Amino acid sequence: MNIHEYQAKKLFQHYAIPTPQGCVASSALDAQNIAETLTNESWVVKAQIHAGGRGKVGGVKLAKTPSDVFNFTNELIGKRLITKQTNAHGLPIESVLIEKTYPIKRELYLSLLVERSSERLVFVASSAGGIDIESIAHQLPEEIITVTVHPATGLQPSHCRKIGYALKLERAQQKQLDVILHGMMNLFLEKDASQIEINPLIETQTGELIALDAKINFDDNALALHDDILALRDANQEDAKEHEAEQFGLNYIALDGNIGCMVNGAGLAMATMDLVKLKGGLPANFLDVGGGTNAEKVCEAFKLILADGNVKAVLVNIFGGIVKCDIIAQGILAAMAQINVHVPVVVRLEGTNANEGRALLSNTQFTLYAANDLNDAAQQVVSLAKGIA
Amino acid sequence: MSILVDKKTKVICQGFTGKQGSFHSQQALDYGTKLVGGVTPERGGQSHLGLPVFNTVNDAIKQTGATASVIYVPPFFAADAILEALEAGIELIVCITEGIPTLHMLRVKAAMQGTKSLLIGANCPGIITPDECKIGIMPASIHQAGSVGIVSRSGTLTYESVHQTTQQGLGQSTCVGIGGDPIHGMNFIDVLSRFEADPQTKGIVMVGEIGGSDEEDAADYIKAHVTKPVVAYIAGQTAPAGKRMGHAGAIVTAGKGTAESKMNALKIAGVEVVSALTDIGVAMQRCF
Repeated sequence: MNIHEYQAKKLFQHYAIPTPQGCVASSALDAQNIAETLTNESWVVKAQIHAGGRGKVGGVKLAKTPSDVFNFTNELIGKRLITKQTNAHGLPIESVLIEKTYPIKRELYLSLLVERSSERLVFVASSAGGIDIESIAHQLPEEIITVTVHPATGLQPSHCRKIGYALKLERAQQKQLDVILHGMMNLFLEKDASQIEINPLIETQTGELIALDAKINFDDNALALHDDILALRDANQEDAKEHEAEQFGLNYIALDGNIGCMVNGAGLAMATMDLVKLKGGLPANFLDVGGGTNAEKVCEAFKLILADGNVKAVLVNIFGGIVKCDIIAQGILAAMAQINVHVPVVVRLEGTNANEGRALLSNTQFTLYAANDLNDAAQQVVSLAKGIA
Repeated sequence: MSILVDKKTKVICQGFTGKQGSFHSQQALDYGTKLVGGVTPERGGQSHLGLPVFNTVNDAIKQTGATASVIYVPPFFAADAILEALEAGIELIVCITEGIPTLHMLRVKAAMQGTKSLLIGANCPGIITPDECKIGIMPASIHQAGSVGIVSRSGTLTYESVHQTTQQGLGQSTCVGIGGDPIHGMNFIDVLSRFEADPQTKGIVMVGEIGGSDEEDAADYIKAHVTKPVVAYIAGQTAPAGKRMGHAGAIVTAGKGTAESKMNALKIAGVEVVSALTDIGVAMQRCF
């Protein structure tokens, strides 16, 4: 789960990680008031959306007067911001973060994440911050260091020193860094984060280290352990259909094609999309109905798929393990009876109770295309979507 | 011969009396798995499915001599269950549970270092040696004893591979679902090395998916150490970057972990890589 920058910074403050002085606002008047309270010569107005790359598309503005703050906020709020990290529709701006500006001497990079290969928490640090880590890795790979922390020992002073040297800090700054690193580690462990990124971590002209930006992702599997984190969720920043799917225990991701896919199992759902593409079609979505599915879920899955106006045909691909094919077949029939399924539906059932399922589907007034096998199913659905079957 | 489990393997079930534990334990018994009991705290001394229930894994081992355990406990209690099995000295721990927090698994894996125990999963279908031992949630009927070893990160894609190799008349030696979580137990290499050493296994099907670099590591290993034919399929060739495709571990980040990179690495290692899931069985048949 993602949270907003302003929420991440509040968590940072709780863990003693220094952040710029500032406050979130959801109206231009509030924003101006905040600027007036934060006495300074200039302020930054930052659009709060769940995506990076805001600066390049006008989502971060420098204001010289409180009335600039008012005007910029007015421009931003209510708009959708499209960045290289969003889709073509962008994300809605419902609030802005107003912060004091600081005289920057250097921009550094610092993050903490789970490294899959070593199965450890790893700090990634670079003295070349301010650009995304992929670009640093590409342009200045020698400027990146990683420090691996063993779960039994935790963060050690030597880890902190190593990062301090890599960031080319003065000795007096090491203490500031130690506080930041311990704050990141404690936050990560206590709240089950999956990534914490500070980019840039700035060094001000007076030598202070401040987290100018803040990005935190949380482990979805652990959210139920943390009500406080769950409360930070902003559903408006998530795809509405993905969110709706989740309410029914379905895993749905919208794509650009015109062939709706309903599959059991994440791996098979991906493989089905791949096969549709290989046969010359384009999948409209990824949809895993899950292991313990039932007729109601199948019905909801149909509604989700058909709500996408691009869908010209639907492929149902079920390999029954725990899921019984006759249950799926009942779900398909219930969905057909309940909603107007206006596109052809190809069904492939295999595994547990496949014959019972096929029998149910053959004795119905609805137009269903039963496939002999998966290849046949993919071929049929691609032809039907093209209107040539 | 087979790998890891056979008809002599004595198995216990943790989370034995729960809904999932009960259902799949009955299925395992029907299949002929030597399930010898189960563990549910506070239920020790009772009987369930005609088998003894114990309070602790230690008690269960002492009374039954079990060497393998299958875990069907809810996600937030699963790490504890794995650690209990580990400390009791269970040799093979199979964790089916989906949704375990990553940091829990990170600590579990650190605790496993230096021990002799093996972990399969979590978030996996389990392991089966057809006609001998079924530990997990896979549908029994599609399997057939034979000569192909199957290792996969995905449950349903394991079933597809099983189904296709059965249809080709090849059958399976052992099938291992290593699970879809970013931090998990045995990896491809751990399983591939055992298939290479197993005389019954004549060919290997490896099913990977986007995310991480386990497939690339496996490719290097295959090139250096595996002489048996390997057919590989990688799911997620059409998956958009930055989106988690169902499995916690299935995500392409910053151009890393793509299906293309994995397929290329495996091709370079001499593996028969198929683009279509439906070609796994025929490709394996061609190798024989």
